[in-house]
Amino acid sequence: MIPWDAETLVPLPVMLPLFAAGLTLALHRYARVQRIISVTALAAALAASVGLLVAADGGPIVVEVGSWAVPVGIDLVADRISAVMLTVSFVMLLCVLLYSLGQGVPEGEDEPGTTRGDMIPVAIFHPTFLILAAGVANAFLTGDLFNLYVGFEILLASSAVLLTLGGTAERIRAGSVYIIVTLVSSLLFLTAIALIYGATGTVNMAQLAERLPEIDPTVRTALQLLLLLAFGIKAAIFPLSAWLPDSYPTAPAPVTAVFAGLLTKVGVYSILRTQTLLFPDNPTVDQVLMVLALLTMVIGILGAVAQNDVKRLLSFTLVSHIGYMIFGIALATEAGTAAAIYYVVHHISVQTALFLVVGLVEWRGGSTSLDRLGGLAKLAPGLAVLFFVPALNLAGIPPLSGFLGKVGLLTEGASVGTGLAWVLVVGSVVTSLLTLYAVVKTWNKAFWQAPAEEIESDVPLPRGMVLPTGALVAFGLLLTVAAGPLYGYAERAATASMDGHTYVDAVFPDGADRGRGESVVVGDDADAQEGGHG
Amino acid sequence: MTVLENTPSAVLVLAIGVLFATGVYLLLERPLTRVLLGFVLIGNGVNLMLLVMGGRSGASPIVGNAPEGVRMSDPLAQAMVLTSIVITLALVAFVLAMAYRSWQLHGHDEVADDVEDRRVARHAALNAPAFEDADAGGLDQTLDEEAADVHDDVDDSDDDGPSRSHDRGHHRHGEARTDARTDPEERP
Repeated sequence: MIPWDAETLVPLPVMLPLFAAGLTLALHRYARVQRIISVTALAAALAASVGLLVAADGGPIVVEVGSWAVPVGIDLVADRISAVMLTVSFVMLLCVLLYSLGQGVPEGEDEPGTTRGDMIPVAIFHPTFLILAAGVANAFLTGDLFNLYVGFEILLASSAVLLTLGGTAERIRAGSVYIIVTLVSSLLFLTAIALIYGATGTVNMAQLAERLPEIDPTVRTALQLLLLLAFGIKAAIFPLSAWLPDSYPTAPAPVTAVFAGLLTKVGVYSILRTQTLLFPDNPTVDQVLMVLALLTMVIGILGAVAQNDVKRLLSFTLVSHIGYMIFGIALATEAGTAAAIYYVVHHISVQTALFLVVGLVEWRGGSTSLDRLGGLAKLAPGLAVLFFVPALNLAGIPPLSGFLGKVGLLTEGASVGTGLAWVLVVGSVVTSLLTLYAVVKTWNKAFWQAPAEEIESDVPLPRGMVLPTGALVAFGLLLTVAAGPLYGYAERAATASMDGHTYVDAVFPDGADRGRGESVVVGDDADAQEGGHG
Repeated sequence: MTVLENTPSAVLVLAIGVLFATGVYLLLERPLTRVLLGFVLIGNGVNLMLLVMGGRSGASPIVGNAPEGVRMSDPLAQAMVLTSIVITLALVAFVLAMAYRSWQLHGHDEVADDVEDRRVARHAALNAPAFEDADAGGLDQTLDEEAADVHDDVDDSDDDGPSRSHDRGHHRHGEARTDARTDPEERP
């Protein structure tokens, strides 16, 4: 049915950026070659992701890495959720890379008070960025819990490097907070993996999906909560979100854009994956998640409303809108999950676009503080349009994709119809209105009013920065235009992930419990050879 | 196999507990190097835990190598420990570099408050009760210093960070000393 061998595509989104990262590091003296390699690698990875997007619609594609059979070796699984996340991530990574090329030196050249401009290691930007891409792709594709941990570490290590590029005082301060928080969350994740391995004797997700229902429910809930805690830090869910608005805004604009668009979404994806595949049917935890989603939404957006700096304001809206996705996951229904998937896709594109626009605003207006900006709509009308569209999209104005995602969530919340779900529905609407308030406040202060005096009247915006931003904004609009097919895709993805056997069947095609069969059939002997756990 | 065979050694379990406890204690400290030590300790605790989860030790896990009736150790747990050791090593190196850079810039490696905390502390300082006599705090203090006093995020008593920075680091990177540190004599 598929003209190419879909399995060969699966490792490409991980391999291509990694390979290119090595090349760009080796060729760090040749800036032009570096650029060509980076762009080519990301474009090729995007093409592979699109291929996977098409191919995965026929069912999950499983690749056993190094041909080691599954329960022993590591498998990469590209199902619909992975494929759609990969595709939107690579679209966004490519746009951001082009943007940073257009910006010239993206690493803190404009940092006030810096005298070290000449010492900034520009050459490491490309390799680190590509490794980040590989880490994200690995996290999306892996079918193995420990490999997910490795993917996380890859992307967190490279993100820490990107965040502290140039090593200015402000970035070191923000970076310290960031790295400590991520280290703690990694330790929690690893602890959870150790305990899960102790309880079930495997870290393969498909096998876990079969074995976890067999263990003591209390232990299972404890494991689930530990994983949620680890992922919750990464996804910046409310009580664990304080680190995010503080550490993101100090980085260079393209870096902040990538972080805002992707890193938290990897956490959300992990929650989605573990909640649907490993720990389905735990209403108590779902209710806890609902409450957390509500708190994340409301407290995040209240933080945003109070901010006076566009970057910090957007960071708070980022936290706030994580709540929508958690809401969708916590509903634990197919439609809820589908809405969450669509919302993640929408939010990656829109949040990244906004941060890129803010980079342009900073370039044009010399600041991101709302007190110093003003009149940009007159000075740079094109920029105003670029801000206006994703800003309204974020707030959920019809007919944009943010509206569609929210409608999906609200409809499903209403049809679930429990008291808590209704509270969430109300909370979502309030959050949406407050988001509108926050972006309108930004619009009024930065784009309307009389132009501030210190803003020079003609600073040309580099075309290399404007075009990628425009492309990403257009991509956001495309999500609206193509909402029908995309939403259908998300629904199929949700159905497949909620039915509990598609994923497992794909990984273990010779009978659903091949993995379990080994220890059951061969009994104590195999158990002993596996190490005598359980 | 008997239950006893699968029960982990109490010594290892105790060691894991101690590593976690001391690690958490160190993580809560201010200087980055101590936080790092805390991370290393907990990391080792987790590694030990992975090892314990792999069951008791046995013969080397090579098929055909184990004598009859002797069971093998679990290679998967060891592979995971190995991976996590490598990852921990890389991250430790990075954090050390960051602590060094922080020392270059500020003469210490304390993790500063986030901007929001400072703002909150500043508000608290402004709203302090009247009997504390806000004037006595001196108008020569910057708001950041005031916030630092209120928030008590500096502990000058036991390190020689500032003086070292004056001696060695300060003349190179003096312009970057933007932290909230106050000199000891200025403190009430």
